[in-house]
Amino acid sequence: MKKGLKKIASIILSAALLGSMAFSIAGCQKSGSDLIKVGIINNNPDESGYRTANVNDLKNTFTEENGYEASFFYNNKNEEQIAAAKGFIQDGVDYLLISAAGTTGWDSVLQDAQAAGIKVILFDRTIDCDESLYECAIVSDMPKEGETAVNWLAAQGLDEYNIIHIQGVMGSSAQVGRSGALDDMVAANDNWNIVVQQTAEWNSETAQQIVQSVIDSGESFNVIYAENDDMAMGAVQALDQAGITHGVDGDVIIMGFDCNAWALEELLAGNWNYDGQCNPFQASTIDNVIRNGATQKIVYSEEKGFDATTITQDDIDTYGIR
Amino acid sequence: MTTSGKTLKPNTSVKSALGRLASNQLFIPILALILLSLFVLIAKPSFFNIEFKNVDGNNILQGNLITVLDKASELAILAIGMTLVTSASGGQDISVGAMIAIAGSVVIRVVKGYAPDISGGQFAGMIITAFLLCVVVSALFGAFNGSLVAFFKIQPMVATLILFTAGRSIAQWINNNENITIKDNRFGYFGGFIPGVPIPTPIFITAICLGIMALVLKFTNLRLYSQSVGINASSSRLNGINPKMMKLLTFIILGVCVAVCGFIKVSRVSQIRYTTIGNAIEMDAILAVALGGNNLGGGKFNMTASVIGAYVIQFLTTALMSFKVPSTAIYAYKAVIVIVLVILSAPIVREKLNDLKKKLFSSQQTKVKEVS
Repeated sequence: MKKGLKKIASIILSAALLGSMAFSIAGCQKSGSDLIKVGIINNNPDESGYRTANVNDLKNTFTEENGYEASFFYNNKNEEQIAAAKGFIQDGVDYLLISAAGTTGWDSVLQDAQAAGIKVILFDRTIDCDESLYECAIVSDMPKEGETAVNWLAAQGLDEYNIIHIQGVMGSSAQVGRSGALDDMVAANDNWNIVVQQTAEWNSETAQQIVQSVIDSGESFNVIYAENDDMAMGAVQALDQAGITHGVDGDVIIMGFDCNAWALEELLAGNWNYDGQCNPFQASTIDNVIRNGATQKIVYSEEKGFDATTITQDDIDTYGIR
Repeated sequence: MTTSGKTLKPNTSVKSALGRLASNQLFIPILALILLSLFVLIAKPSFFNIEFKNVDGNNILQGNLITVLDKASELAILAIGMTLVTSASGGQDISVGAMIAIAGSVVIRVVKGYAPDISGGQFAGMIITAFLLCVVVSALFGAFNGSLVAFFKIQPMVATLILFTAGRSIAQWINNNENITIKDNRFGYFGGFIPGVPIPTPIFITAICLGIMALVLKFTNLRLYSQSVGINASSSRLNGINPKMMKLLTFIILGVCVAVCGFIKVSRVSQIRYTTIGNAIEMDAILAVALGGNNLGGGKFNMTASVIGAYVIQFLTTALMSFKVPSTAIYAYKAVIVIVLVILSAPIVREKLNDLKKKLFSSQQTKVKEVS
């Protein structure tokens, strides 16, 4: 009985093996056509509204009608992404498009890609590695986003800045860039103080807990600098529960990033004060680089910052991420 | 000599009472809570301040202790289900975080379709519908896990690994992968405050869940049956208990607990983020069971100890946050304290300690005899 089962199992296994081989051969033949084969490594589409917009933009651009054969891989972990990149290199893609979860650890896999003649284009996030390892990086200028936001905050002319700083996933370029500008400002000015600086890892509920903890301790603060919209929202919920006013005429200035449509609506309603844009639409630029070659190593997407007192419904319709 | 015997007698009874206390399963988690509170009291007395605060005409209670009770709600409710699953199946469900995402997604799916200006009665009806639907869905997923464990005899951790991996994708699929935010203020009542009530709603929800479970354990054979299935499935089958149904039942109960958690979680932030909601909460839930001194291999359990374990975990988190420990480092601090507690409450260590106590105790008794 058991032997019979084993036999059946081995037959099924070998059939599966054969099948997969046939499949891969068919795959090889297909790639012989003139479609450009791209492997796209990205973060999870549901990580945030920003990411969803970014993923949809890529999906709509890299289609067969546009002459691409695209494979997608989504993960928020650097190691998993690197493993997927190795897989894409073995598959023999023509281009490797990477939005890295972390900034380090990519050197060897990028060298492999170079050796295999695969061109690497970084989008959305940079990687700490030698510039020669990639064709071009199309990124948001995170330090500049931070700078724009911090300059806006400085222009508010408060006597004293007591800031709750809620950070994103530590080490991500968005966190490094957006934290950097604020850290510099706090170090340079005596009237800028950090009440608490903690990471909520882009999670609104953790942000809520961090702010709740400050409220419970009875410490005073007048600025919440959250490194994305979700965390700003979590922070605002803690304020609402404690009856602390916020926004344009409130006691606490609320700052967020990413320009989700719902966040910009909060701005328009005067509940928040500032939202920094992080432009998710990079696909057309990437397409351009693949077709015509790269002219410069780093291409920065253009980005704005919105103030609650000047924002209009048009801005929400144009720049809001849905 | 008789006088000395008399004076010794109360002494030994006090000792044995202490021994009984120390061997009680509740001892370790309660001691942990007391020690932690003492430490915090010394380091930062203001941690325990609770004050009334006026928010839009409502008086609400505010303070770290309230936060602990509030934020531990989900964990305490999960600990109920996880303890039962552990007891009957001798394993743990690691899919609860992903199932919370599913439950939350179901609630949001129902709520998002309604206009924000519906009347109070309609709103209540909608919430009840959403909640019941989410209970049914979660119970079904629990039953899926349970039947893999009960009927296919798959290790619980492996069986629940399926939903652990797939659950968040299912949650996304329920809402077409949209990131939804609910604008209606009333939706936030269940994770925040109901107007006019000074205590956060999750505390009431937890109290109700704990109350129901206490009644069930008191008036039904759930405790006896799940323990006997966990200790020896085949002998309990010979005694007329159906081990498969018992295992299935515990997973369904856990599914219902998960539904309540998912509901509270989405209400807390009025939105759903599929990858971050209930992230790694399954580990905390298992930890709560372990901190309660329960044998993770199944069998006898103490529900109260598990629930206290959940509050210990949240107390630790809130205390560390108020000390402004970077939230990435909180895990490390937690780990150190958890190692100590888990080792102390491990059945083997406690047996050894009891043996040691008995030895000391009996040697003293023989001394007494010699004297008399």
